[in-house]
Amino acid sequence: METTAASTITIAAWPGSLPRLLRDQSDLQTVREDYANYSDGGGYRPLAAADALLDEVERSGLLGRGGAGFPLAVKLRTVRDNGLRSSVDTVVVANGEEGEPASIKDRWLLRNRPHLILDGLRLAAAIVAADRAHVYVSDPESARSVETALSELGAGALGAINVAVRVVDPGYVAGEETAAVRALNGGPVKPTDKPPRPFEEGVAGRPTLVSNVETLAGLPYIQQHGAAAFRSQGTTGSPGTLLVTITGTGRPPGLYEVPHGLAVTELIALHGISANAVQGALMGGYFAGLLNRDVLGLTLDHETIRAAGSGLGCGAISVITDDCPVAVAASVLAYFDRENAGQCGSCFNGTAAMAAVAGALRDGVATDEDLARLRRWSVVLRGRGACATLDAATNIAASLLDKFPGPVQSHLDNGCQTCQLGAFRADRPYEVEAVGQA
Amino acid sequence: MRIRLDRTVCDGFGACAKHAPGYFLLDDWGYASLEGKGDVAEGDRDAVIRALLDCPVHAITEWGERRYTEPHPTSGSADDPSENLKTEANEAEWGFTR
Repeated sequence: METTAASTITIAAWPGSLPRLLRDQSDLQTVREDYANYSDGGGYRPLAAADALLDEVERSGLLGRGGAGFPLAVKLRTVRDNGLRSSVDTVVVANGEEGEPASIKDRWLLRNRPHLILDGLRLAAAIVAADRAHVYVSDPESARSVETALSELGAGALGAINVAVRVVDPGYVAGEETAAVRALNGGPVKPTDKPPRPFEEGVAGRPTLVSNVETLAGLPYIQQHGAAAFRSQGTTGSPGTLLVTITGTGRPPGLYEVPHGLAVTELIALHGISANAVQGALMGGYFAGLLNRDVLGLTLDHETIRAAGSGLGCGAISVITDDCPVAVAASVLAYFDRENAGQCGSCFNGTAAMAAVAGALRDGVATDEDLARLRRWSVVLRGRGACATLDAATNIAASLLDKFPGPVQSHLDNGCQTCQLGAFRADRPYEVEAVGQA
Repeated sequence: MRIRLDRTVCDGFGACAKHAPGYFLLDDWGYASLEGKGDVAEGDRDAVIRALLDCPVHAITEWGERRYTEPHPTSGSADDPSENLKTEANEAEWGFTR
């Protein structure tokens, strides 16, 4: 056993509930689980019937944990059927390229529970009849952990599939599913326009399942305990538990496994944040925009957070207490201006334009006309990029204007007290780890 | 007829919006996006084909019916590998549509 990095992060399961994704002993959360530990706990169980497991996954209601919350069973069935229709073997990709700076859960899983992910990958491959699989990451420590796990396995332990680990340069767009497929096909690590989607035509032109590593990590639990047990935690629409990365407020980040449907107030209390101090939150990493204090009335499930006009995304929540939301939005938009793929004109122009207005607003030099342009771009640029980066930027701009009219007005009047003391600025706001730090 | 626009290729020339304004919308910087899912009404076919042909960077392509059949044709003679090469003439057999 080896001790992994990131030990300054608080890592804990919801008190009183047995974790499914985190390790079940609190003193082992930064100790890599080896093959013996994992298989002794019931892992790598023989799979009798892949179709029966697919039906069970469907009953479990497991939703993708990469950000979109798409039902895994639908994706599995589509890839399997497309493979059958075209008489080719399919491909499975475990996506561990965690491009969201404010999230750490995928890297934690890869570094600490690589066998849980490989077990899930094996089960997904069996369901879609894949003959090869890739573990796609940018974090060197995650890659080492998975390579070590593969070396611990005996021949044929994963069935008939070959698993290859692919390491790419980190980037916000590198984790997008078509960027993963393009990189695995020998191209640049940048998204492609759709259609085709990877489930139609992916790695080597074959139907390809690209699935987030936390999503795959849910499969062994369903195989061992069944759909009903999976649904014993969570809500009807968002079953099971999820990993939440919580950042902000100047405190060390936290990684928690909580049941879907938990009140946000309970999570922030667990993390030691006073609800009275909360101004709002940056939701779903940098993707789902800002919420004001309304966030305190929400629960951690897709249906509730969507109804509030935001998103749970990859489960990363950055709580805003002392920072000015205008300055936070300006930093995130500047990040998108730098980190977009530089491919779609609407995106590289739109993120630059929105970042410029947000920066001027933060600095107290924006005009009413600038703000009107920002408002219009936040609406008309939606859906105009090949990937969702531009949508993420429009979410930030639209939610800033909609949820924080007071701070926006005080910036127009150049009267923000917080920013006059030194505005919040960060290249990667609320990042859990610097790039390359592992 | 069904078309697709590859927004990663579009360079903002804007010819498409001139020829078929109901199908291509330009942003503030002149970059196009496709209205709808790319299904072209019979009466609009000529205008859309003109947009497709006039795009200097070939960002617009016709999107054929998806073929989930044999992905690699095996019709050629084993003695003559050139029979199996992908050429303009047999490209449709590989499931690729320009």
